[in-house]
Amino acid sequence: MADLSINLAGIKSPNPFWLASAPPTNSGYQVQRAFEAGWGGAVWKTLGEPILNVSSRFAALSFNGQRVAGFNNIELITDRPLEVNLKEIYETKKRFPDRAVVASLMVEPKREKWHEIVKKVEDVGVDGLELNFGCPHGMAERGMGSASGQVPELVEKQTYWVKEVAQTPAIVKLTPNITDITATAEAAVRGGADAVSMINTINSLMGVDLDTWNTIPHVAGKGTHGGYCGPAVKPIALNMVAECARDPYIHVPISGIGGISTWKDAVEFMLMGATGVQVCTAAMHHGFRIVEDMIEGLNNYLDEKGIASVMDIVGKSVHKYSDWGDLDLNYKVVARINPDVCINCNKCHISCEDTSHQCIDILTNENGEEYLKVREEDCVGCNLCSIVCPVDGAIDMVEIPVEHPPMTWKERQAVIGNLSNCNIDIK
Amino acid sequence: MMNVSLSDLEKNFHEVEKGLTDREAVEEANRCLYCYDPPCVKSCPTGIDIPSFIKKVATGNLKGSAKKIMLSNPVGASCARVCPTEELCEGACVLNHSTKPIMIGKLQRYVTDWAIRNEEVLFKAGNKNGKTVAVVGGGPAGLSAARELARMGYTVTIFEAEKEAGGLNTYGIVSFRLPQEVSFWEVNQVKRLGVEIRTNMRVGKDISAKEILDQYDSVVLAVGMGKVPQLGIEGEDLDGVYDAIEFVKETKTKELTDKLVGKRVAVIGAGNTAIDGATCAVRLGAENVKILYRRTKEEMTAYDFEYEFAKQEGVEFRWLTAPKRIVGDENGKVTHIECVRMKLEEPDADGRRRPVPIEGSEFTMRVDVVIKAIGQTRHVDLIEEFGLEHDDGVVKVHPGKYQTSNQKVFACGDVIFDKGKGEAMVVTAAQQGKETAYALHQYLTKAVSETA
Repeated sequence: MADLSINLAGIKSPNPFWLASAPPTNSGYQVQRAFEAGWGGAVWKTLGEPILNVSSRFAALSFNGQRVAGFNNIELITDRPLEVNLKEIYETKKRFPDRAVVASLMVEPKREKWHEIVKKVEDVGVDGLELNFGCPHGMAERGMGSASGQVPELVEKQTYWVKEVAQTPAIVKLTPNITDITATAEAAVRGGADAVSMINTINSLMGVDLDTWNTIPHVAGKGTHGGYCGPAVKPIALNMVAECARDPYIHVPISGIGGISTWKDAVEFMLMGATGVQVCTAAMHHGFRIVEDMIEGLNNYLDEKGIASVMDIVGKSVHKYSDWGDLDLNYKVVARINPDVCINCNKCHISCEDTSHQCIDILTNENGEEYLKVREEDCVGCNLCSIVCPVDGAIDMVEIPVEHPPMTWKERQAVIGNLSNCNIDIK
Repeated sequence: MMNVSLSDLEKNFHEVEKGLTDREAVEEANRCLYCYDPPCVKSCPTGIDIPSFIKKVATGNLKGSAKKIMLSNPVGASCARVCPTEELCEGACVLNHSTKPIMIGKLQRYVTDWAIRNEEVLFKAGNKNGKTVAVVGGGPAGLSAARELARMGYTVTIFEAEKEAGGLNTYGIVSFRLPQEVSFWEVNQVKRLGVEIRTNMRVGKDISAKEILDQYDSVVLAVGMGKVPQLGIEGEDLDGVYDAIEFVKETKTKELTDKLVGKRVAVIGAGNTAIDGATCAVRLGAENVKILYRRTKEEMTAYDFEYEFAKQEGVEFRWLTAPKRIVGDENGKVTHIECVRMKLEEPDADGRRRPVPIEGSEFTMRVDVVIKAIGQTRHVDLIEEFGLEHDDGVVKVHPGKYQTSNQKVFACGDVIFDKGKGEAMVVTAAQQGKETAYALHQYLTKAVSETA
C-alpha cells in the first residue's frame, strides 16, 4: 500500500483527490458526504457577497453517444449567506480533521474586502485559501473572477493583500481565458502565492437549438457564455499545468484541475507537475463514489511501479516537456500496418491519401485479397493513420534507425549562425 | 450445428465462448451507465457491485475490478461463465428498457481471466482468532464459506472427497463451458488464505463424522448432492448406460475416448446436467443425440441458453417421452430403449403438472448409449452420521442462519437445496457459503460473549 498523502504548500490531505470549488462543494452536507466517500479534500464553493442565480444553468456536450464529454455552467459563486457557510465549514472540519478544507474566495478588488473575508474563513479553521481569479461568467462582468485574473497586476496586488493577513497557505486559481497563463501565474507568485491552481473554466457556448434557435442553455430565451470543463478540456489544462511547472519563476506547487475523471488522469497531471488534483465534472456525472476507484487505481499503479509515495511522481515528466526548438529533427518514426490484425476498413488509407502524405497503398496479394501497406520512405510519422485506426495493434508507429546524430532546430540555427558569421558558403 | 472433429476430440472440448478483446471490454465498460443502487446488483445472488467493477474496467484498474468481483463471489470466475445472466444481472440491466443490456457476464469473465493470467492473489487471511472450522465439501458453497471464514481469522480445513476441490465447477460442468483451470484458480485463491484442503478424504469413509465433530469448534456441511438415482427400470445395468454426472466428469478427468463415435445416444431428463451430457456426447462424436423428457419444454429446468445451445449442437428433444425399458444384446450391450408417450395432468405437490403414461403408446428406439440425468441423490447416510435432522435428505436449517439441528454444524449449498425449486445455481451456493460463514461467526462470537 503506497502512501497517497500529499502536502501542497503546507496543506495536507490523505490522498491527492480534492473536490474543486463548484456545485458539489456547495454545502456542509455535500462536502461531508464526499469525505465519507473518501475524498482527500474539498475546496468550498466560492464565498463572497451572496449572489442571485438564474434557473437553467448547466449544459453538456455529448460526443458520439457518450454523455458529458464536456460540460458548461453559468452558475455563480455561493448564493448562501456567508455565516451559514462558515458554520458548516467549521462543523465539517471538526468532523473530518484529517481532510483538507480550503475556502475559495472572491470579493471586489479592494484591500479591506480581502482582509475581512480571509480573517473570517481562517477563524473557522480552514486549511488554506483559494483565490478565485478564474470564474469566467457573471462575476467577471462585475470586475471579479476572470476579469481580475486576466490582468497580471490585479492578480499580484490582490494576492499580496491576501498574504498581508493570511495565516494559512494561499492558492491562486487561474483562468485559462488568457493568451499565456504563465504571465498570471508568475504575477501570483510575485504577489506571494503559496501555490497556484489551474485551470478554471473556459469561455464557451454549448450549442444552439436548431428548432427554437435558442442558445443551450437559455434563460427565458436568452443565453450567455458559460464556463467549459469536463474530459474535453483535459489537454488544455494539462498543457497549462506543464507550462507553469517548467517555468523557473513559478516555483510554487500546482494544484491541477481540468477534466480529471480517473486515477490515470490524476497520474498524468502529477507527472506534469501537479502536487494534487481537483475534480468536479466527473463527480457531477457519477456521484462522489468515483473516488473509491481513483484511490484504489492510483494505489495499485504505484504498487505495481514500486513507488512508495505519490509525492515521488510529482513533476517527473516536466523535463520531458519543452519548446519545439528543442525537439530532435533527425528522430524518425514510421507507420507499420500488421495485415493479420487489420480489418481492412481503409480509414488509414483515406485519411493519409486526402489529408496527410499519400503513403498508404491498397494492394492486392496473390489470393486476390486487398491489403494495406505503408511506403515507409514517404511516411513522415505523423501518427494520423494510427489515430483513426479502430483496431488495437493494427498499426504500430515504429522508431527507425537514423543516419544522423540528434540535431534540434535551435542547434541547427546556431550552427548556421556560426557558419554565416565565418562567411563560409554552406550550399 | 457445430463442426465436430472426429479425429481430434480434444479440440471439441475447448471453451466455446470467446473472451472479450481488450477493446471490446473497454467499449462495453464505457457503455455501462454506472447506475446508482441498480437492479443488476439486486439481481445478483452474491450482490456483486457490478457498476463499480465495470467502471474499473473502463479506468484500467483491473486488479481492483477483480477484487470487487471476487470479494462478493469467491467463485466469480466460474460464475462469469455458468450463471444464467439473462435471468439475473443482465436481465435486470436498465438498458433493457432503452438499448440493449450490458454484457455483464462477459465483462466479469474478462476481468477474472486477467486475474487468472496474472496469477493475482486478491485477499489476505484475517488475524487468527484461535477457532477451528471443518468444511465438509470443497465445492462452491464450501469454498465460499472457507474463504470468508479464513478472512475472519478462522483456521479452516476443507475435507474433499475428490482428487481436487471445486466440486461441480471442477467436475460437473462441461469443459467447453468451464475449463478446469478456472475452477482451480478459485480453489487456489482459497488455499492462499491458509485454508488446508485435504483431498481424497471422504467423510464417513476416510474419516468419521464423529472425529470431525470432536476435533473442530464448528463444522460446515457443504457436500452437495450425490449420483444420479436409478431410473428403476429394466436394463439399467447394461453396458452403455451412464450416470450423466459421471459421464461429464470422465470428460474432465480422463483422456477422451472414441467409444461414442458414430453412436446413437438417448439422454433421460431435461435439466442442465442432461444438456451437458447430451452436448458432451455430441462432442465425443455421437451420430445422433436425443433428450427424452417425460414432461414438456415448459416444465424443463434447463436454462433457456442451455436449451438453445443444445439445439445448436444438433441435440434432438423428444417431449412427453419416458423410458420404460432398456434392451440389450447377448453381450449385455445396449441396443434399444423402449419408451412410452406421456400426457400431463393436474399439478402435483411441487407445482408442476404430473406426467402419466398413455396406455398402449409404447415404442422402441435404436440406441447404443443411455445417459441418465434425472436429478441427484442425497447424501442421507452422511447426514445421518452427523446426526442431523433432514427432510428426505435435505438438511434442515434455521432459515437465514444455516444452523442445523446440531448447533455446532452449519449447512449450505445443494445439501439444503429443497426439491421442486428448479435448478440449483452455483451463484446461490456461493452466497450461502458466505452467509453461513457470517452466521457461524455470529453464533460463535455470541457464544463467547455469553459465557464471558
